[in-house]
Amino acid sequence: MFACLHAPGEIARLIACAKDFSPLVEQTDADTATLDIDGLEYLFGSVHDIAHAIARRAGVPVNVAIATNPDAAFHAARGFSGTSIVPQGDEAKFLATLPVALLSPAEEIAETLARWGIRTFRDLAALPDLGVAARLGEEGVRLQQLARGESERPLVPLQAPLHFEEEMELEYPVEMLEPLLFVLARLLGDVCGRLEEHALAAIGLRVRLQLENAGEHERAIRLPVPMRNPRVFLKLIELDLEKHSPVAPVVKVAIAAESAKPRTTQNGLFIPLAPEPEKLELTLARITTVVGEKNVGSPELVDTHRPGAFRMRPFRMTRKWTGGNACPTKLALRAFRPPLAAKMQAGFLSAPGIRGKIVQQAGPWRTSGDWWTTYAWARDEWDIELADGALYRIYCDAQTGRWFIEGSYD
Amino acid sequence: MPDLLPSGIASFDAAFGGIPRGCVSDIIGPASSGRTSLLFSLLSQATAREEFCALVDASDAFDPTSARAAGVVLGRLLWIRCGGSAEHALKATDLLLQAGGFGMVAMDLGDIAPATARRISLASWYRLRRAVENTPTALVVVERAPHARACAQFALECARNKVMWSGTPGCSLLFRGVAFAAERRKPLRPAGAVMEAFALR
Repeated sequence: MFACLHAPGEIARLIACAKDFSPLVEQTDADTATLDIDGLEYLFGSVHDIAHAIARRAGVPVNVAIATNPDAAFHAARGFSGTSIVPQGDEAKFLATLPVALLSPAEEIAETLARWGIRTFRDLAALPDLGVAARLGEEGVRLQQLARGESERPLVPLQAPLHFEEEMELEYPVEMLEPLLFVLARLLGDVCGRLEEHALAAIGLRVRLQLENAGEHERAIRLPVPMRNPRVFLKLIELDLEKHSPVAPVVKVAIAAESAKPRTTQNGLFIPLAPEPEKLELTLARITTVVGEKNVGSPELVDTHRPGAFRMRPFRMTRKWTGGNACPTKLALRAFRPPLAAKMQAGFLSAPGIRGKIVQQAGPWRTSGDWWTTYAWARDEWDIELADGALYRIYCDAQTGRWFIEGSYD
Repeated sequence: MPDLLPSGIASFDAAFGGIPRGCVSDIIGPASSGRTSLLFSLLSQATAREEFCALVDASDAFDPTSARAAGVVLGRLLWIRCGGSAEHALKATDLLLQAGGFGMVAMDLGDIAPATARRISLASWYRLRRAVENTPTALVVVERAPHARACAQFALECARNKVMWSGTPGCSLLFRGVAFAAERRKPLRPAGAVMEAFALR
């Protein structure tokens, strides 16, 4: 059974009232709310009692209608004032006197019905099914079913937006990280519990620490895959707060999780091994604390001719096929970062840690680029072999005329 | 007999079969002895098989351009730049091995000063050996001298064999590549291979 409440301009009050009776509440239109009242008879008695209880709770003049389907209740609530109970099986008879305009037909259909002299639900319900289908199509059939009170559609309940956020005010300001972690562990446990209740996981975490000096310290942690393990979260937050600690004692802690569908993986016998995402994330966070954030990731070549140009991007495990190796072995270069400043005198090369006579040389390879920017570069490259057999790539900067060793071939 | 990780170099794989998984493998040699070219071949084979690899680069010497040219799939490579600190490299390698799941973890100490590399305690090397044991990960260490000593179950010594030039010296000389020789030092069964690596130009 469904109850429908209709009061122009009072939708917020109607929804609040409906939620007092049932968790399944639909906002059917701008002035109407429909709720599922199955089971309420145990609390309130007959459907009349339920309707009166709802009307009383609304606190404003409201039309209440009860029917076996939401659409019949909706039309009764909009068409009849006061309380209406649509008898089961006699919906068509009950709704018969309502005007067709209540069905909100499309303009073309409304015109056709007016031409035919169809003005009430009864008139429309009485038309032959096949004739309506042939002349008015699918929409006409739907309207006729509504006029007969025969509609069968599920209720579309309002979903409250999900917020996975927990916060706690501390009794006294906390300076040390360790006691703060106790609080964070509890909050994370609650957040993860709520995520689990909704069969969700977190793809990101946001930690907000309110400081004693009225400031705020906020940290956001982005996860590579959805996770729901409070221990992993706690460790990640701990490592992050070690690197970026708040500047004043903390008086309030809040944690918010950005929810996402949990990761589902189907492993196969022939899939090569890969690190577990949770473990990898923790490991990368730990390594980051050792070597620094910018020194961990995957190298990516930049679309430029500038020698040695690359950028670091976060390491992500993707299974996308990106091509294999079908080339003969290429000679590797070991780069000197930054390039070693060198002196060249009469075929003799000297740089910090490298000295020797050049016995063979190939070049120059003249390259330049970015001349349209302020980062213009131009250089002459040489491949050289020193007397001790070591092979280097050297270059002369065309703008400054200085020599550098870019790297050694190995 | 441990599972072997092939290098994709025919002569190398014929002589040694590859680099053993679950072991510490040492690639030793001076500058321009082919250590890095061999490492890139191993990485290219592993990443082409869709395995994820990690390179712990103690002296920030990795060149992504030549690695890509050697066939390394950069998207499957985790690069950790330690800015010249051998201590950071050891710590990062240990953490990666504890995490597990990598097909190959390479620690490049090739440009670390011998005096610094000698100061790495044997206990640290044993720790790495214990961490990689009974795992499908191959730990490859690139060094100038054999500092891993007893902890390395497989050791290769690389040397430059011949530098290939073409053209006329002084006017049209071209650097074609280098032929390297690799000789097995451990386990003590005589075996060697000659590999050729071609210049990028």
